[in-house]
Amino acid sequence: MAYSEKVIDHYSNPRNVGTLDKSKTEVGTGLVGAPECGDVMRLQIEVDPETHIIQDAKFKTFGCGSAIASSSLATEWLKGKTVDQALEIDNMDIVEELSLPPVKIHCSVLAEDAIRAAINDYRIKNGLAPLEEKAHLH
Amino acid sequence: MLKLPVYLDSNATTRMDNRVLEAMLPYFTEDFGNAASRNHPYGWKAEEAIDYSREQIAKLIGSSEKEIIFTSGATESNNLAIKGIAEMYATKGNHIITAVTEHKAVLDTCKHLEKQGLQVTYLSVNREGLIDLEELAAALTPQTILVSIMFANNEIGVIQPISEIARLTHAAGALFHTDATQAVGKVPVDVESMGIDLMSFSAHKMYGPKGVGALYVRRKNPRVKVTAQMDGGGHERGMRSGTLNVPGIVGLGKAAEICQTEMESEMKRISELRDYLETSLLKLPESYVNGSREHRLPNVSNISFKYVEGEGLMMGIKDLAVSSGSACTSASLEPSYVLKCLGLSDDLAHSSLRFGLSRYTTKEEIDFAIECVEKAVVQLREMSPLWEMFQDGVDLSTVQWAAH
Repeated sequence: MAYSEKVIDHYSNPRNVGTLDKSKTEVGTGLVGAPECGDVMRLQIEVDPETHIIQDAKFKTFGCGSAIASSSLATEWLKGKTVDQALEIDNMDIVEELSLPPVKIHCSVLAEDAIRAAINDYRIKNGLAPLEEKAHLH
Repeated sequence: MLKLPVYLDSNATTRMDNRVLEAMLPYFTEDFGNAASRNHPYGWKAEEAIDYSREQIAKLIGSSEKEIIFTSGATESNNLAIKGIAEMYATKGNHIITAVTEHKAVLDTCKHLEKQGLQVTYLSVNREGLIDLEELAAALTPQTILVSIMFANNEIGVIQPISEIARLTHAAGALFHTDATQAVGKVPVDVESMGIDLMSFSAHKMYGPKGVGALYVRRKNPRVKVTAQMDGGGHERGMRSGTLNVPGIVGLGKAAEICQTEMESEMKRISELRDYLETSLLKLPESYVNGSREHRLPNVSNISFKYVEGEGLMMGIKDLAVSSGSACTSASLEPSYVLKCLGLSDDLAHSSLRFGLSRYTTKEEIDFAIECVEKAVVQLREMSPLWEMFQDGVDLSTVQWAAH
């Protein structure tokens, strides 16, 4: 199967690979997927408590090229957004940007799940109500 | 200069040997006759070529030339052997024994027969990929007509104890078929001394052309017959109708001859290269060879690199043509069933690569492969949350995964 140029670019030059200190209250961590499914994503955000703007985002992903590209792209998009804006990122935006084929849509779903999980972790740490479960139509 | 990508997928197919191509060429053009045409020299010439090919093949596998039935490849041979025996010996019994790590051409043929009412026992394999002879002995019944166990596995190269399986099978009065697609031409195969009654193999795994293979069918002690699965002109002693693929068969014969004369020196060289590749890659921490290292083809190495996903790894080694146990691209997302049968967890099965060396593999290519894989594994582990957790001493089996 041929990968799109954007997937190859993110795979070859992944943005924001790394780890934030998950013990800090400003840092939210989302860990989604499972090793036996062949995909695990960890996405972290560091939020400015005053402005609610995401200052930094990091990821680490175990998975195929599309999974790595989806999470790399997500970290790029997250930086500079407020937490509320970040929630508006839809998996289909990722599919479109990376030209993911149908068999790889689950990678984008996983990235969206990782964003929500990271935001949720941040909200819980800061005494906010957790987000409601979002039903996926896939 | 290396030709990229470096081809290390010889269990999928092999490059055809130029000597094979040369032998085949006249039979496409000048010597185009139908081997079944008995009335003119065109037919005689073709028949002569076919007979010579039978001799070449018979020498390689220790059979008589009359015991070779030409087919379109190993899938057809497996179908013909198993369905043909089930039909021919239906009055004798209705039970077949095979193993869980067989190729789909055997497994799906057995499933097809199960739907028609036959009983099939699927033997399990141990961590090494080997069947348990005691389990086989216990599974044999007076109703058993056929035991079909592959000679060498296509994913891990593990070689089953063929002679012992044949002995147990015959003691119970059943016939023994083996899918030897990966073994013929690579390791010594002797149908007489090993007690094989039927054997499938294919030209393109041994530097011959695609679309041609053979089924060995024993003619003496005992005389074995299979019911034809295609009706027609009654070629191949009535067991497989259809005009013979003369150039292909000439190619199979030539490929067999070359394998026979060169096997010993070739396999020594290839196994040394394979061992070098394997020892080098095992220096990466948390990497494991899948299947028995002792009972194995000389040209295969299947290695799992823990905490790295196979498909992601393949993308990182795009200058290598290898195969992965991860099937992330397939609709099922299921990793290799063969690796799972060995008891590998899904994540380890997802993390595997199969390297298949060939006659054309050079030391330079192996050095290049080692460098590519090392680099990609290190890079992907840097990117892997699982590797980080492992480094931090987290027991991954205790983590609550949010599977989606």
